[in-house]
Amino acid sequence: MTEKALDVRDLVVRYSSRAVVDGVSFSLDPGDSFGIVGESGSGKSTVLRAIAGLATDRSGTIDVAGKRLGAKRDLAFCRLVQMVFQDPFGSLHPKQTVDRALAEPIAIHGLGDGERRIQEALDAVGLGRGFRFRYPHQLSGGQRQRVAIARALILEPKILLLDEPTSALDVSIQAEVLNLLKRLAAERGMTMLLVSHNLAVVAHMCERVAVMQSGVFVEEAPSSRFRSLKAEHPYTQTLLDASGGFRRGLAAGLVG
Amino acid sequence: MSDILLDVEDLRVRFPGLSGYTEAVRGLSFTLGRERLGIVGESGSGKSMTGRAILDLVPPPGEVTAKRMAFMGLDLLSMPHRERRALRGARMSMVMQDPKYSLNPVMTVGEQIAETWRIHNPGEAGQARERALAMLDAVRIRDPKHVYDLYPHEVSGGMGQRVMIAMVLVADPDLIIADEPTSALDVTVSMQVLAILDDLVSQRGLGLIFISHDLDLVRSFCDRVIVMYGGAVMETLNARDLDHAQHAYTKGLLNCLPRLDRVDANLPVFTRDPEWLK
Repeated sequence: MTEKALDVRDLVVRYSSRAVVDGVSFSLDPGDSFGIVGESGSGKSTVLRAIAGLATDRSGTIDVAGKRLGAKRDLAFCRLVQMVFQDPFGSLHPKQTVDRALAEPIAIHGLGDGERRIQEALDAVGLGRGFRFRYPHQLSGGQRQRVAIARALILEPKILLLDEPTSALDVSIQAEVLNLLKRLAAERGMTMLLVSHNLAVVAHMCERVAVMQSGVFVEEAPSSRFRSLKAEHPYTQTLLDASGGFRRGLAAGLVG
Repeated sequence: MSDILLDVEDLRVRFPGLSGYTEAVRGLSFTLGRERLGIVGESGSGKSMTGRAILDLVPPPGEVTAKRMAFMGLDLLSMPHRERRALRGARMSMVMQDPKYSLNPVMTVGEQIAETWRIHNPGEAGQARERALAMLDAVRIRDPKHVYDLYPHEVSGGMGQRVMIAMVLVADPDLIIADEPTSALDVTVSMQVLAILDDLVSQRGLGLIFISHDLDLVRSFCDRVIVMYGGAVMETLNARDLDHAQHAYTKGLLNCLPRLDRVDANLPVFTRDPEWLK
């Protein structure tokens, strides 16, 4: 029996007194890809934030590579788990060059060989050398998201947390970034936890998908199950129907 | 009078810069009847600027030119800005993307709708409240009297967007330009908002220009679609024929979407051909 890469049990996260995540459990083997789909306020991003240590009022257990997480995250955790956020405009420091953004994790973790690591990270995300000394405002949205991915990869993590990594991007750029993430995850054997409101994106990227509503998983299945456009839970069915675009009959059923 | 609401020929929008002009819209022509016309494109395609040019909302120093721009027989090109402003809101209106930023945060939503009525019907100001309540009802808000007194931060995104539509409707326009009206909303809520817009076209006989980046949505919601890239029209086609699109850009956009009914190891990406902008 191999050790689980990530094991979350009975996770409850509260904002003030309201439980936004209300009892979520799942576990991932190394190399797994798992997606969480839900609408705004369902608690899907909060699950990621709890794992990353950004949501502190929580109960339940989170084990990463067999190690139980406490309230604080240490440097070893950051080497193992990295996160990519939704908005590439907000997640890069506007007054720091790409080079500085990538050099910082290397300095914090006391890793040598920064030159090589930065070069490799930029190569891995398909950004040429010419991008290294640019500021974020000199990059397009897709290029910024590549920088954010390069920054996450530079510590060679085993687990990647992705919070709506492509929803701020045009569809053609989304395709490029999703292809990139899929290739890197496969090449490096990374475990991937992806959160999105877009069922088709999650089904494309992940082997297993959980549908989240009001803080709980209402359905969890291999992504192949969703491809038949049939679901067990009525909420999942609504999401599936809506993913096909506007249909008069469907809207009539929802209006109230 | 024919059923043509809007007739646009060779619309161009450009902005002066240090190294010459940047063309945001390069020669767009179309006619709009009482139908749902989709304008679809990625960021920077000029789709929003097209909507703004029709409403005379292109910010300075932007320049708008066209061979023809006529709205129900009125020549918009020779019309002074003051008259364009009188037309705007009364007979042609816009629904913006995000109700959070487009509603006045310190005024109740009902009062904002009533204000629109009073501006456009100065003689009948007394009816403002009643009209606003009727419009809230028309956009299927269940308890209009309760919602009338709420502030924008007290309503959900979907309700805020319906309030914006009510505000546009109270002036009884002939043309509505909706710029990404559902992009900030969850899918289930966006279905409801679309159903309301759909009714407006079919029941009130409005013309709707639906600006969106979402090809699937435009395909299922609109009658006709204009595909834009880099300010230029790639092709115009019936929404139901989108599957048989001829242009490489349209095909590329359709193919690069992940689909539930298709398994792709990798999503097809495409390269942009500089010839498209010639």
